[in-house]
Amino acid sequence: MAQVTAASHGEHEATTTGLNHRKMLMWAFLGSDCMFFGSLIATYLVYKGKSKAGPFPEDVFSIPVTSVSTFVLLMSSMSMVLAYAALTRGNMKAFRIWLASTVIMGATFLAFQTFEFYEFANHEVVVECNDPDAADWTDLQAKVGSACGSFVAGEETEVTIGEYTVKVFEEDGHAVAETTAGLTPRTNLFGTTFFTLTGFHGAHVTLGVIWLLSLFFFSFRKGGVTPKRNLDVDLAALYWHFVDVVWIVIFTVVYLFGVFQGF
Amino acid sequence: MTTLSFPIIRRPMHPTGVWSWITTIDHKRIGILYGVTAFALFILGGIEALLIRTQLIGPDRDFVSAEVFNQLFTMHGTTMIFLAIMPLGAAFFNFVIPLQIGARDVAFPRLNAFSYWTFLAGAIILNASWFLGGAPNAGWFGYAPITGQAFNPGHGIDFWIIGLQVLGIASLAAAFNFIVTIINMRAPGMTWMRLPLFTWMTFITAILLVLAFPVITVALIELMFDRKFGTNFFFTPAGGNPVLWQHLFWVFGHPEVYILILPAMGIVSEVLPTFSKKPLFGYPTVVLAGALIGFMGWMVWSHHMFTVGLGPIANSVFTITTMAIAVPTGIKIFNWLGTIWKGSLDFRTPMLFALGFIVLFTIGGISGVMHSMASSDAQQQDTYFIIAHIHYVLFSGAIMAIMAGIYYWFPKFSGRMYDERMGKMHFVLMFIGQNLAFFPMHFYGLDGMPRRIYTYDADMGWTALNALSTSGAYLIAFSFFIFIFNMVKSWRKGEKAANDPWDGRTLEWSIPSPPPEHNFDEIPTVHDRDDWWARKRGGVKHGVPVSGGSGEGHAIHMPQPSFWPIVVSIGLLVGAFGLIYNVAVAGIGGGIAMVGIYAWAFEPVNEPDEKQPAHH
Ligand SMILES: [Cu+2]
Repeated sequence: MAQVTAASHGEHEATTTGLNHRKMLMWAFLGSDCMFFGSLIATYLVYKGKSKAGPFPEDVFSIPVTSVSTFVLLMSSMSMVLAYAALTRGNMKAFRIWLASTVIMGATFLAFQTFEFYEFANHEVVVECNDPDAADWTDLQAKVGSACGSFVAGEETEVTIGEYTVKVFEEDGHAVAETTAGLTPRTNLFGTTFFTLTGFHGAHVTLGVIWLLSLFFFSFRKGGVTPKRNLDVDLAALYWHFVDVVWIVIFTVVYLFGVFQGF
Repeated sequence: MTTLSFPIIRRPMHPTGVWSWITTIDHKRIGILYGVTAFALFILGGIEALLIRTQLIGPDRDFVSAEVFNQLFTMHGTTMIFLAIMPLGAAFFNFVIPLQIGARDVAFPRLNAFSYWTFLAGAIILNASWFLGGAPNAGWFGYAPITGQAFNPGHGIDFWIIGLQVLGIASLAAAFNFIVTIINMRAPGMTWMRLPLFTWMTFITAILLVLAFPVITVALIELMFDRKFGTNFFFTPAGGNPVLWQHLFWVFGHPEVYILILPAMGIVSEVLPTFSKKPLFGYPTVVLAGALIGFMGWMVWSHHMFTVGLGPIANSVFTITTMAIAVPTGIKIFNWLGTIWKGSLDFRTPMLFALGFIVLFTIGGISGVMHSMASSDAQQQDTYFIIAHIHYVLFSGAIMAIMAGIYYWFPKFSGRMYDERMGKMHFVLMFIGQNLAFFPMHFYGLDGMPRRIYTYDADMGWTALNALSTSGAYLIAFSFFIFIFNMVKSWRKGEKAANDPWDGRTLEWSIPSPPPEHNFDEIPTVHDRDDWWARKRGGVKHGVPVSGGSGEGHAIHMPQPSFWPIVVSIGLLVGAFGLIYNVAVAGIGGGIAMVGIYAWAFEPVNEPDEKQPAHH
């Protein structure tokens, strides 16, 4: 009489293909999640350049800042690989260190994203009225700059241009025009699609951080995570790498193509 | 006893009673739960249909108001698609698949229970709208911008959005489960080309679900954000484009029609060979045609948008792809005809329904090919012609096949025989009823009667045919009284069923009716397509019949019941109402779900035996 359970939870259950049930489930889920992000990205692309009012991508994005957070997220994937490798080698201490560093880098990425969202929502446009490079201004900068005409030396004036209230004043002997042009999900189609897409990616990262953190604490329980019992970590790693790859797509399609025209 | 975390609640171990059903993770019991719940919701959707037909029985009637009429047709469509046909399919997946592939359960029994309870939560949310300010009223495809806050300020659409999201979670969880189960839990020797057709079609359906549902998830999120947070996805003054909704909806929606019909085709492909005493004609072609339908189903969605104005190129391309998809469907129909050709046909109730399916589904297929042509569709768009088509493929198609399946597997899941005379009566009345109801729709549809209108003028000339449709609807309803009576009576005191009353072909007929909890005493080794048939005919050299339930099964450890799936589902239910009414409540729901997920993750599949030293 076969003493097997119908669906044992162990790592070495007998399956038709020899592949683990849970790993296969994770791949199926990631396939599904591809369609999820694919639809969000498709929506973003359909509405790219269709916003009726600013700010536009080139107004708010700071490629250097986002490159840093992208780099941090990429490094977190590397540290995840090292964590899993350490675990299978049986080096629990190295495993915990690398796992913790993955969590910290994930959290750092989220901190960057929060900062970025805050910055966008309170985006300030400041132009120098006699900027020699005025020809390179974005549409939004040009709009703000058009307030320069009402500059009165030594005074601060307020002009309403379209939906913006622009302050024109003197700073270090130069005429300066300044306004707050925040980007929120309600501002325009860019804001709507940008925050939805990156917000759901951020939610995925948050879930990943919670998951990895749970594994970190679970690993201190005897038998919780062992070199033999490593599937939980393997699955979390798979998810983490996937979320990372999605970010590379978002960074390219949204940030790089948004700032560097001609794509 | 409970060694790991969350010893809050003792693990439920009662083999019988209400708690055993609430905590069950046995695929057969979950299948029955799915079937009974979905059938009740099918009746609800049917009552909505009867109210619609009663309103339309004659011109200028005010049986229901225009607003209630809008709610009725919206909920009728949504209920029949998401709460009746899909979960009735899931009932068969659950009950039949593990038996057909020679497994003791699905790959993830607790996830399976979670799918059911989450489906129930979605059904509760959708139907709660009737009592909380009115049901959704924008049609089952909820076109923007009529679903926007400006045109639809009530909560009806919110219930629709959140209800469908919750149902999506349930469907996705089930689809993941069945993909893994079918790939990974087949008995030794059960190769892909020996897989029973119903299992094959379920596999393709599950893949379609996994890839199609995220698309409507995103569409619904966008709509919800527009309504809740004032985003601009479908807000035209800010440049939002309602056509985006149509694209997203139908990129999901067309694969969805195959999600509805492929399991039905699978059932028919099981019933026809059994009652023709012949193997399925052209098995590889039928499988391939199914896969091809699943694949091509992604390239036809804009045939729902021929009148939007996408331009001649898009319309031509989608005309061609839509016509092309009729080819694999036709291949299947010819293979079914080939199966019954020169067979020794046994006209039992399941066979009658399967044959009825072929005839009526073909009529629906033909009207489908008619409006695959963009130029022809321009005349038919939004008329009753389309309603005729969808009812021929989904009622006379999917529901007929599901009825064939219920009668076919009734002896297996109930352990008793249904009443053959009442079964045949049901078939005859339903067959006549649906043709009375749906065939005239072709005519008054082509005559210009638009769908979704709550009344019409006497001099339009649609009165007689509408009255005919309504009488057909009543006849269908009557035929279902016979069905329910038959089911209830037979389940309680029908004749005891043999293990293999139909001289079946697949493994589920090799074990007792109803199957023991562990299904198979010994996992069978498969040597043939239609393995059980071959064993009975001595075609298999190692022809030891696969027996089961001899009472020796006690040594087999089955996964134990669990509270946590329903706890997570309750969390989702509370969270869903929170998303509609109050964010704090949504947080509470999320918290309940979170606790459930952690407890679930730390709960062992089986409590360690008392004898063994409990490991910490
Ligand atoms: Cu379609």
